Amino acid sequence: MTTRYSKEHEWVRLDGDTATIGITPFAAEQLGDVVFVELPEKGKVIAKGDEVAVVESVKAASEVYAPVSGEVTDSNAALEDAPQTVNEAPEGDGWFFRVKLSDKSELDGLMDEAAYKAFCEEL
Amino acid sequence: MATDISDLKRTPLFELHQELGGRMVPFAGYAMPVQYDGIIGEHHWTRDRAGLFDVSHMGQRILSAPDHETVAKALERLAPGDFQGLKPGRQRYTFLLLDNGGIVDDLMVARLAGEADEGRLFMVFNASRKEIDDDYVREHLPDGVTLEAVEDRALLALQGPAAAEVLSGLCPEVADLTFMQAARAEILLGDGRSAKVHLSRSGYTGEDGFEISVAADEAEALARALLAHEAVKPIGLGARDSLRLEAGLPLYGHDIDETTSPVEAGLRFAIAKARRERGDFPGAGRILAELSDGPQRRLVGLKPSGRAPVREGAQILGASDSVVGEVTSGGFGPTVGGPVAMGYVDRAYADPGTELHLAGRRGAEPATVLPLPFVPHCYHRPKSGAKQ
Repeated sequence: MTTRYSKEHEWVRLDGDTATIGITPFAAEQLGDVVFVELPEKGKVIAKGDEVAVVESVKAASEVYAPVSGEVTDSNAALEDAPQTVNEAPEGDGWFFRVKLSDKSELDGLMDEAAYKAFCEEL
Repeated sequence: MATDISDLKRTPLFELHQELGGRMVPFAGYAMPVQYDGIIGEHHWTRDRAGLFDVSHMGQRILSAPDHETVAKALERLAPGDFQGLKPGRQRYTFLLLDNGGIVDDLMVARLAGEADEGRLFMVFNASRKEIDDDYVREHLPDGVTLEAVEDRALLALQGPAAAEVLSGLCPEVADLTFMQAARAEILLGDGRSAKVHLSRSGYTGEDGFEISVAADEAEALARALLAHEAVKPIGLGARDSLRLEAGLPLYGHDIDETTSPVEAGLRFAIAKARRERGDFPGAGRILAELSDGPQRRLVGLKPSGRAPVREGAQILGASDSVVGEVTSGGFGPTVGGPVAMGYVDRAYADPGTELHLAGRRGAEPATVLPLPFVPHCYHRPKSGAKQ
């Protein structure tokens, strides 16, 4: 499974032709305590760049943009009752939703771990 | 969010905030810590133990005249408290008023006891308003009364149920103070030195606690002496905001401003009885009418039914989705365990229990009007019967 990263601080982990998507530890740290996450519903067709989710921290609301296009196959209902999981395990149990990719080549535009790390250090 | 904090003013505790891992953000022209470990944890810590806040960005001022009566009368030209009747060693919450009854700023006013402080009122203005307040006050001062900005002092707030125990360990006399009493004191700094401070038993979190004015060059040593106690942690402005919101305390520029009157904002307690009878303060026409007839709109508590915070600016909707008001402060209340908000609503919708809708980013969500505060105040008040 490869993990890729967007400049908007989402991670995308590919398993076959399905990608799991969440926000990076860097983003979770920047947002502070997450208190609510609004996720896309199963079956929704999304295009890269769409506003697909909203993360509300104590301080403010932030949009999450789709890093890839496809159909949403699952969303992490556990975040409804435990939004703090996004802070505790952003790349694990704090995942947001899964997408069946419509265009795998979109992944090529995303960064690998080393490139993302370098990108964050520049910020 | 890339912000260059090097252009911002710094408080005497700037370096300590950085050392303690504070995330610095711009606030009213200052670089201030919004959080250290996390806002929710810091909020709970303050409600459960004691939080140390740097509020040095706020404006410390001294209003002085040859005697108390003169200085009190000068302030009474602008603020509706009974300052002539303010006893030595007491502090009051008040506001500067415009002729239209709007609020220029809300502030604390203390009369320190002792001959050296005769004719002096110690005041604390909001950081975002201090220059405006200075101009406004000076414009209206009679001859012989002066307003002096105190630039060489820091202001720390120690808030929470453990605050009195912690501070009295370094300064035994504070144990005898009750809510809104003020005094000069000496606090042990741990290295054998002590700092001369003036302080009051007050704050803006809804908890028991103290605000301590200390010389700028002793502020860090004082902060370290307080932080050395296991019950004390540094707390950022993020938790200060969630604490004051749960405590139903208005924030200038959000819940109160030059258009809102004290009666609308639920601050009628700060309009002294003697002043109501005399009607001799700015905006008395509007304010006295609102006191007798009730204001057209009122600041109320709002409890959204969902889990998502509703933010400032959201419209408040009544029957048939008519707009009946606007949210002025909204966020997540860690002690409440969910979203909380305050806003102004038309008087017909202001009773506790009224069902309304809040138009947020997710469409209209149901919300219920609740009495403020959301979390009961825990001030250290004198036992009933004791005269204040």
